[in-house]
Amino acid sequence: MLRYIGKRVLYILLSLWLIVTATFFLMRFAPGNPFTSEKRLPAQIEANLKAHYGLDQPWYVQYGEYLVKIAQWDFGPSFKYKSQTVNQLIADGFQVSAVLGLMAIFIALAVGVILGTIAALKHNRWQDYGAMIIAVAGISVPSFIMATVLQYVFALQLGIFPVARWESFMHTVLPALALASTPTAFIARLTRSSMLEVLSNDYIKTARAKGLSQSSITVRHTIRNAMLPVVSYMGPLAATIITGSFVIEKIFGIPGLGSSFVLSIGNRDYTVIMGVTVFYSIILLLCVLLVDILYVLIDPRIKLTGRKESA
Amino acid sequence: MKKRIMIVLSMLLMTSLVFAACSKPTNNQPGNTGNNKGTTSERESPAQGDAGGNASQELRYNLHSEPPSLHPGLANDNVSGGVLNQILEGLTTIGKSGKPEKAIAEQIDVSDDQKVYTFKLRDAVWSNGDPVTAHDFEYAWKWVLDPANEAKYAYQLYYIEGAEQANTGKGSDDAIGINALDEKTLEVKLVNPTPFFLELTSFYTYLPINSKIAEANKNWADNAGDLYTSNGPFKLVEWSHNDKVVLLKNDSYWDKNTVKLDKITMTIVNDENTVLGMFEKNELDWAGSPIGALPTDAIPSLRDSGKLHSQAAASTYFYKFNTTEKPFNNANIRRAFAYAIDRQAIIDNVTQGGQFPATAFVPPSIFADNSKGFFADNDIDKAKGFLQKGLEELGYKDVSELPAITLSYNTSEGHQKIAQAIQDMWTKNLGVEVTLENSEWAVYIEKLHSLDYQVGRMGWIADFNDAVNFLEMFRDKDGGNNDTGWENAQFKDLLAKSSTEKDAAKRTQLLKDAEAILMDEVPVLPIYFYTNNWVVNDKLKDVFIDGLSNIYFKWAYFEA
Amino acid sequence: MEPVLRDKFKLAGIKHQDADNVSRSGLSFWRDVMTRFYKNKLAMIGLALLIGLVFMAVFGPHMTGYDYRTNNLSQKNLAPSAEHWFGTDDLGRDVFTRTWEGARISLLIGVSAALIDLLIGVIWGGIAAYRGGRTDEAMMRAADILYGVPYLLLAILFMVVLGQSLATMILAMTITGWINMARIVRGEVLSLKNREYVLAARTLGAGMSRIMRKHLIPNTMGPILVTMTLTVPTAIFTESFLSYLGLGLSPPLASWGTMASDGLPAIKYYPWRLFFPAAFICLTIFAFNVIGDGLRDALDPKLRK
Repeated sequence: MLRYIGKRVLYILLSLWLIVTATFFLMRFAPGNPFTSEKRLPAQIEANLKAHYGLDQPWYVQYGEYLVKIAQWDFGPSFKYKSQTVNQLIADGFQVSAVLGLMAIFIALAVGVILGTIAALKHNRWQDYGAMIIAVAGISVPSFIMATVLQYVFALQLGIFPVARWESFMHTVLPALALASTPTAFIARLTRSSMLEVLSNDYIKTARAKGLSQSSITVRHTIRNAMLPVVSYMGPLAATIITGSFVIEKIFGIPGLGSSFVLSIGNRDYTVIMGVTVFYSIILLLCVLLVDILYVLIDPRIKLTGRKESA
Repeated sequence: MKKRIMIVLSMLLMTSLVFAACSKPTNNQPGNTGNNKGTTSERESPAQGDAGGNASQELRYNLHSEPPSLHPGLANDNVSGGVLNQILEGLTTIGKSGKPEKAIAEQIDVSDDQKVYTFKLRDAVWSNGDPVTAHDFEYAWKWVLDPANEAKYAYQLYYIEGAEQANTGKGSDDAIGINALDEKTLEVKLVNPTPFFLELTSFYTYLPINSKIAEANKNWADNAGDLYTSNGPFKLVEWSHNDKVVLLKNDSYWDKNTVKLDKITMTIVNDENTVLGMFEKNELDWAGSPIGALPTDAIPSLRDSGKLHSQAAASTYFYKFNTTEKPFNNANIRRAFAYAIDRQAIIDNVTQGGQFPATAFVPPSIFADNSKGFFADNDIDKAKGFLQKGLEELGYKDVSELPAITLSYNTSEGHQKIAQAIQDMWTKNLGVEVTLENSEWAVYIEKLHSLDYQVGRMGWIADFNDAVNFLEMFRDKDGGNNDTGWENAQFKDLLAKSSTEKDAAKRTQLLKDAEAILMDEVPVLPIYFYTNNWVVNDKLKDVFIDGLSNIYFKWAYFEA
Repeated sequence: MEPVLRDKFKLAGIKHQDADNVSRSGLSFWRDVMTRFYKNKLAMIGLALLIGLVFMAVFGPHMTGYDYRTNNLSQKNLAPSAEHWFGTDDLGRDVFTRTWEGARISLLIGVSAALIDLLIGVIWGGIAAYRGGRTDEAMMRAADILYGVPYLLLAILFMVVLGQSLATMILAMTITGWINMARIVRGEVLSLKNREYVLAARTLGAGMSRIMRKHLIPNTMGPILVTMTLTVPTAIFTESFLSYLGLGLSPPLASWGTMASDGLPAIKYYPWRLFFPAAFICLTIFAFNVIGDGLRDALDPKLRK
């Protein structure tokens, strides 16, 4: 187990190094410099600015320093926001984004599993088709359209929820729903197909033959086993939630990391773009690691030695 | 059996829905998931603007982004400026008349040669009780000019003797013409007579800094709290980065009896549609300019319903020509392109914000005559004549021989639409093929600076309300913002004369003559003069927006 | 009874070397699959939709006589009518024409992404699996590391740095997209390469490329097809996401993503500008998803009772 985790961590570090490097060089080759403005700056000030942000050094020095700083969890100052460092921006924004993300994950898991279970139990009946149409619809609608429509209908037209901001529980409902729509659909589909597979197993037939009720079969035997693919979806789920948050937070005016990131793209605030990209990558890679470990813990069929897909 | 599980599941669904619907929109629960990063424990009360009877004096405003800096020396954008103008006050401020009025300065003496200003300060105090002294101004201004502080707006102070030299590292700190003669007297020496200097002293780069605090704490402006003291109508009490800025009435302000608002909550929401939606659902009292904008698609309907407010702004939207390359090295070709645009159609159909068609370069709020302009809008006959002449001069047989023309702009939906409309007009009216090219701001501006373009868009927002701010851009070929390669001896001469001219009327005439040359040679093609458009809570009165689009809440109040 | 005469028969043309040729088309398997696929109502709806969309992408832009980029400011923001079936946008351009012009670009992005994924994935995964051992280990480790790179973030960085063009967008989408394909191909090939018929072919002296072409690739077609079908909607989705972030294609090019994000502010005033591109994004993603699901179900009969 330890060896396995060690190996996974090594890969993650390598991936991370790749991301940091790619980000660094992409940003370095980005055309224009971050201090360009309509009114040209005096050379002296531009030179000072460059020195302040370490841009006057040769690239390998900058790269080395950047790697060291990242290792020390220091993402540097923001080009645009003088009063904040990228670290502060991440710390402040992520608090909000994490709450929104967890709410969405909760909704996605609850609704997704329920829909998927219903669909599987009522296989090829109208409930199945109904649930799957909802699920496919959830996948088919891009999140910015979903969020705009939800906001338009429930806040602007019906006035049930506030339009935007992140203040009370009511403010959180629409963004959490909008963010959850795509993963809900994915989870519903995953649950359905893995439930169907589990349901066709002999032990379920045995249980049914023994006279167990459908509900106890579902709860005790099926759902637990059917959850494995859902667990493995947690990595991509984190990615969906994070990228979804860019759009949702912008539309709902939520002061989270996602909206800061989108703004920093617009501002070409390179240190923020780099820092947040690296931060998100770390979170995503940790999720993947967590899933791998969870998978091993939950599924007795998987031995720690081998990789899943090797035949 | 199967029914039971269905019931359980549907009950789960129902509960989550009920859970979601059980609290009311006005019910702000403290200690919820929202973050409270501010240093004070101010909580928003649920009071709404339409409270009737005793109107609550709490304004809900929106900033379209986080203020990049609330340090007056580092601020160089309208969001930061919009907050600073409420919490700090300079020697002068723009009064409701639109003219600079005495603020922290009680008495202003100008020398005969108009080059030495002596300011006597009134007994004003910072919100922590420290007196506002002449040293606070000297400190603040010299801080801006110190190149180590990387202030991008330092050039706003270049009118002061020795300032440019100090800022570019060629002169010493002591040679700067800023002297606090005593606690309450500030003497400022200028390079030239500068008739708009009192306007400049109201600008945010000229705001004072509490030097006692700033000298000891470099990062005093990073957050709200004890270190951030205010001397303006309001004081900063909370700054949750990327979330909101909260201001309260400043009881130590010298003119506090004028101030009626108790509190201003400035939320930070970037999406224009969302902001308008919040306004429509009474979550905000204001949406749109000057800090932010209304979605273009909403403007016609807002205007039809009579909710839209508009005010001219001292800003020009224009295209620049690269006059160093064919075909735009030829003035007649440039004239043809300038005359062949239907500006009114662009305003009516594309920008839709009631802007004014520009056939002059200096906005009418500075030169009133310029609303008529130097030539007629959409004068296609003349345009064709100029085109013909230009083609002959360049030795082309017809339009098809013109080099390929590219119209460049920086990436933005608005610029793109205008560019598309103009592309279409040039094709229809002149028969020229024009390709569009957009690039990111940083890339784009570098292209302009290196003359790597043919026609490119630009906007100029006045730094101060004077024509020279618009014209001096084109004085030198290699000047910071010329970017056209155009230079004209006569134009230069007129500008030089104007800078030493002490008589206001004569000076204005010199500048007008200079503009006439610019508009005859058209290295720039003016398109429209900006307007500020906004919607506002009907009960909110006396918010003042000056000619430079600065907003002031000093006099604002909610009507009962 | 008629006598069986020799001259009634003709030599069908068997050559000696061909006699050893052990190859047979997988027709009956595919016929099975197609039969199951055709029975899947949802998938058939998706297929019909897709055929319709492709048809309109080809012919739609020429059906109205309008051009997707010419402005007509006096005709701006008109509601759908006999003149303009889907209305006009804020520059007076015909939304119908632009929608189908957009379909071309969105489908082009989706299909190119899928094809590039396929090309790289098959080569990478195929070689890794076939060679096995160290090569496999090295190639798959490299893929693993790259796989950790978050795809959308990378796409954003690419669009920011390399500029907003069609080529950048496709590049951004395929830079990590092929890995999934490579893994699937590798997995399939690994499980197939030791099967008896492959062994038999090898014994008979078939070379690596022949075995790949004749035996391995046809038998891995199923999962590959499913993966490709699902890549297209992801790409269309990503395109619209990037457009919303302001990182989409440059005007006057119309893609569904740029049209929908341009139309968002108009939802209250000119809803058709949002509705049509949004609806077709959803329909296309829907179509590809149900086709993909249908194919997967058809290929894996175990799930069908």
